[in-house]
Amino acid sequence: MATSSVSKGCFVFKPNFKKRKISVPVEDYFNKGKDESEDSKLRFETYQLIWQQMKSETERLQEELNKNLFDSLIEFLQKSHSGFQKNSRDWGCQIKLREIPTAALVLGVNVTDHDLTFRSLTEVLQNNVTPYVVSLQAKDCPDMKHFLKKLTSQLMDCNMDVQSKEKESVQVTQKKTHYSMDSLSNWYMNVTQKTDPKMPRKKRTSSQWQSPPVVLILKDMESFTTKVLQDFIIISSQHRHEFPLILIFGIATSSIIIHRLLPHAVSSLLCIELFQSLSCKEHLNTVLDKLLLTTQFPFKLSEKVLQILTNIFLYHDFSIQNFIKGLQLSLLEHFCSQPLSVLCCNLPEAKRRINFLSDNQCENIRRLPSFRRYVEKQASEKQVALLTNERVLKEETQSLLENLHVYHMNYFLVLRYLHQFTSSLPKYPLGRQIRELYCTCLEKNVWDSEEYASALQLLRECLLPPETQPLHEVGYFSAAHTLRERLNAAPRVALHTALNNPYYYLKNEALRSEEGCIPNVAPDICIAYKLHLECSRLINLVDWLEAFATVVTAAEKMDANSVTSEERNEIIHARFIRAVSELELLGFIKPTKQKTDHVARLTWGGC
Amino acid sequence: MMSKLESKEEKMLEVQFVGDDDVLNHILDREGGAKIKKERAQLLVNTKKIVKKPEYGLEEDDQEVLKDQNYVEVLGRDVQESLKNGSATDGGNKVYSFQNRKHPEKMAKLASELAKTPKKNVSFNLKNDPEIMIDIPQCSKGHSASDKVQLKNNDKSEFLSTAPRGLRKRLIVPRSHSDSESEYSASNSEDDEGASQEYEEDTNEVILSEKIQAQNRVASAPVCKETPSKKMKRDKTSDLVEEYFEAHSSSKVLTSDRTLQKLKRAKLDQQTLRNLLSKVSPSFSAELKQLNQQYEQLFHKWMLQLHLGFNIVLYGLGSKRNLLERFRTTMLQDCLHVVINGFFPGISVKSILNSITEEVLDHMGTFRSVLDQLDWIINKFKEDSSLELFLLIHNLDSQMLRGDKSQQIIGQLSSLRNIYLIASIDHLNAPLMWDHAKQSLYNWLWYETTTYSPYTEETSYENSLLVKQSGSLPLSSLTHVLRSLTPNARGIFRLLIKYQLDNQDNPSYIGLSFQDFYQQSREAFLVNSDLTLRAQLTEFRDHKLIRTKKGTDGVEYLLIPVDNGTLTDFLEMEEEEF
Repeated sequence: MATSSVSKGCFVFKPNFKKRKISVPVEDYFNKGKDESEDSKLRFETYQLIWQQMKSETERLQEELNKNLFDSLIEFLQKSHSGFQKNSRDWGCQIKLREIPTAALVLGVNVTDHDLTFRSLTEVLQNNVTPYVVSLQAKDCPDMKHFLKKLTSQLMDCNMDVQSKEKESVQVTQKKTHYSMDSLSNWYMNVTQKTDPKMPRKKRTSSQWQSPPVVLILKDMESFTTKVLQDFIIISSQHRHEFPLILIFGIATSSIIIHRLLPHAVSSLLCIELFQSLSCKEHLNTVLDKLLLTTQFPFKLSEKVLQILTNIFLYHDFSIQNFIKGLQLSLLEHFCSQPLSVLCCNLPEAKRRINFLSDNQCENIRRLPSFRRYVEKQASEKQVALLTNERVLKEETQSLLENLHVYHMNYFLVLRYLHQFTSSLPKYPLGRQIRELYCTCLEKNVWDSEEYASALQLLRECLLPPETQPLHEVGYFSAAHTLRERLNAAPRVALHTALNNPYYYLKNEALRSEEGCIPNVAPDICIAYKLHLECSRLINLVDWLEAFATVVTAAEKMDANSVTSEERNEIIHARFIRAVSELELLGFIKPTKQKTDHVARLTWGGC
Repeated sequence: MMSKLESKEEKMLEVQFVGDDDVLNHILDREGGAKIKKERAQLLVNTKKIVKKPEYGLEEDDQEVLKDQNYVEVLGRDVQESLKNGSATDGGNKVYSFQNRKHPEKMAKLASELAKTPKKNVSFNLKNDPEIMIDIPQCSKGHSASDKVQLKNNDKSEFLSTAPRGLRKRLIVPRSHSDSESEYSASNSEDDEGASQEYEEDTNEVILSEKIQAQNRVASAPVCKETPSKKMKRDKTSDLVEEYFEAHSSSKVLTSDRTLQKLKRAKLDQQTLRNLLSKVSPSFSAELKQLNQQYEQLFHKWMLQLHLGFNIVLYGLGSKRNLLERFRTTMLQDCLHVVINGFFPGISVKSILNSITEEVLDHMGTFRSVLDQLDWIINKFKEDSSLELFLLIHNLDSQMLRGDKSQQIIGQLSSLRNIYLIASIDHLNAPLMWDHAKQSLYNWLWYETTTYSPYTEETSYENSLLVKQSGSLPLSSLTHVLRSLTPNARGIFRLLIKYQLDNQDNPSYIGLSFQDFYQQSREAFLVNSDLTLRAQLTEFRDHKLIRTKKGTDGVEYLLIPVDNGTLTDFLEMEEEEF
């Protein structure tokens, strides 16, 4: 094989340049193996369109949700910096000047979403407050030296942005300088004095200040070493009068962490104000509200799929980003697997597309379970017409799609209404969040619960589960199984199953076995695994080998007469070695020196 | 109708009002309810008062009591399914459970059971066959007590299918010091001797552990005979808690003392191993092929998803190397791609980055650090959006790549829009490499590809347990180093080799003392002062040719850390040459 060698582990393959230019367009991978007549190209385009719309919508939402937070942050920065600006001789101000203004930003545990928040925060600050915004992560700053180095180099980069890149040579010489707070102060003096007479090219709002503040964002406050933080704060408070630093702490847990990390002597050098970002659950609710509980997007999730996504969110990561990823995957899978998803677009466009549906696609419509149920309810002549006449079918489909659209309009309206109605009831019988109510309604007739039957007659027509609607398959993605496999895989369970029950994968009757047993013809690794389960912490290799040989020879009894017994033993030995090495690779055992020819088990239980 | 009502009631039960305290209790229960945790939880409550906007966080959770049941229903369905199909009925218990005490003989016993099970179909017949049922007493009469115990333990009759005598004998060999064995092997003198020797060695351990062995059926013959009834009682009363503490209480683990050396089977080297394995005809090839075909149909989907910003990770039992290789040859022929063998012992992130900068991007310069290099690559790929690169990593979880830093760097690469990563993982704890931040960098889509293929290539590099490392490497390096030395130095080293070989049968040999060595070297006119010898030894030590060790008497002893076989070969070669 070209990709195995005893001397290297990386193999680069370059196609000749001519070939590379004819790169395959992505939609070709979408088509392959599928019928051309199923509009796959159009489907892929629709997918991309809807995804782009959803993506920009979530980004807009994010901005909107952060707006309040950012506004109050900006206000804080401006207020706290004005003291420095005035340079007043007032005694109170002098005292205050020694304190570093600090914004403690509590962002919640969904660390994966923080990056996005910080990115837009940096942008907002650079546009409104100061060009000097720097963010540091704990992993880049194991000690003071690295901390200052990173800080300095990033600040210089900010500076470069302001004054274009003409000073590149200056930067190179500065790289050799000793990193200290003094040099930073000097740099700051230089920069602010230089920019003044020149007048900055861009008329930023920040130029209203002679000396803009330097904002330092510590993205993950909790992970910083206490010593580095303390030292930095003490040093920079000494230089506060010449280097107007403002700190922003990104906090994932709770504000109490500040006092745990910093002793009183240090925290008293800070003038801390707390800011709270919107909780991630609220964020999720807004996203759901704007992406799914609306007729704006024709794409919908079935109850199971929605449950999987919200459960991953609630139980695993609280990450909006991951939720969106799941949504994207659902969208992709839907357009890949459902040929009729070509009609999953806005109503006028869908009506237009119906006219161009191929015969094959018409057949697909007729095969939809919801459509069949619908047909069965029609008069017999109409049934015949629908099943044989393409034109009738297309007309009917158009009107059905229209109905579906109306159904959704009413549905979401009434859903919100019902939610308003019930969300403040004691004990929240229908859930506190609208998504809970939505899930219930998607799953079954909500009025089947007696409590609501009498009160809310109106619901009956509008909150029918989508399965009752003909052609709902066009817009609803329901392959919950696929989604779960892709996003919430259980590799350890897969290993367990493969080792314990090979029949699950290899459908050979010889492998079928009762619970807890394994047939002796099973793959070697399964047998070695099963045997090792019977051992405690240490396993004697000789015992293991013999037990293995016992099983394997018994399995081979019938067909191994041709080879001599010595050779057969050798082969069994080799097979045993292979199985044991594989179990080692998989992490079930490891070599040990506690006793000769023993290995240690690393797992307990069946896996 | 009834069932519908019931289900409604169940549904109703899922949402309930729970006060703060109950929520706390609920959480604490789940975490084991240690006191320290309670304190911490109260602290958390306090912080709520400090936090400025109290609507955030904890309070919201109150009503949303997240029930395990709910979680299992939605996310665990797959797991349940496969476990049901597998051997375990009670799901997670089997996959994740406590360590429990296992009797050393259980493995051999299981082996014999498995061996006696010819085919399942047959066993069914046996079960229903009255004649064979009658045979049972006859069968077990002549045999061991342990067989009877087995009988009680599992009513399955399949293991009673009469095994040929030869097989039976072999089966019993591993149970060298079991109760049954001692009865049986009275006629079998060879084994008995060996076994009784081991008894003596083990007796202390046996007595120690006798008290704490829950399932001590057949620990050793004498003990067993003294207190059989007591043990049976204890058997019944032992419960999970006891078992747990038993398993964790003693650091001694009872295993037999047999070693591979006694088993006259030499360690195989890599080559012989391969040759031997090539003679094994693979079983279930039809089914395996079917599995692989199933996965190959996903190739197009993988390409699509890679292009749309996801990365793909393959997991499941069996080597995924061939599958990925087929993916490469069918889909990536016209694309720029790099194959990375994670299992290669010399692999490192640095070498991966190097091959990207040097071979992919044709950059000849060097970088001050790995991070600089990474930044450079990232910029390159961001600048030129027409650049596309596929990374295929076999064993992303290998020893060399599983470190936090390596994963961070590979993750950052994979998060680039025009770098596509498809990787395989095998280790059962592999997902622990990734925290949430890394997972979001990777943006994985998981695909289960259980292949059952042997990990031939992946394990061939490993210092495998039973595989002899071929002696050729140390031998060639020995000669190589020694050729660069002066004739006198070579002579000194040869003296040491000879002395070591003369003493190879002496188990208490710890090396040659410096004084003796000096004496011998001087007599052979190789050195004239102990200083010259010391200087020479320093050079040897720098080449790792010798090791020094302080003896109990404070004297320095010198030893060559190479096995005697290699040394003999070396001497022979030297003599041929000169």
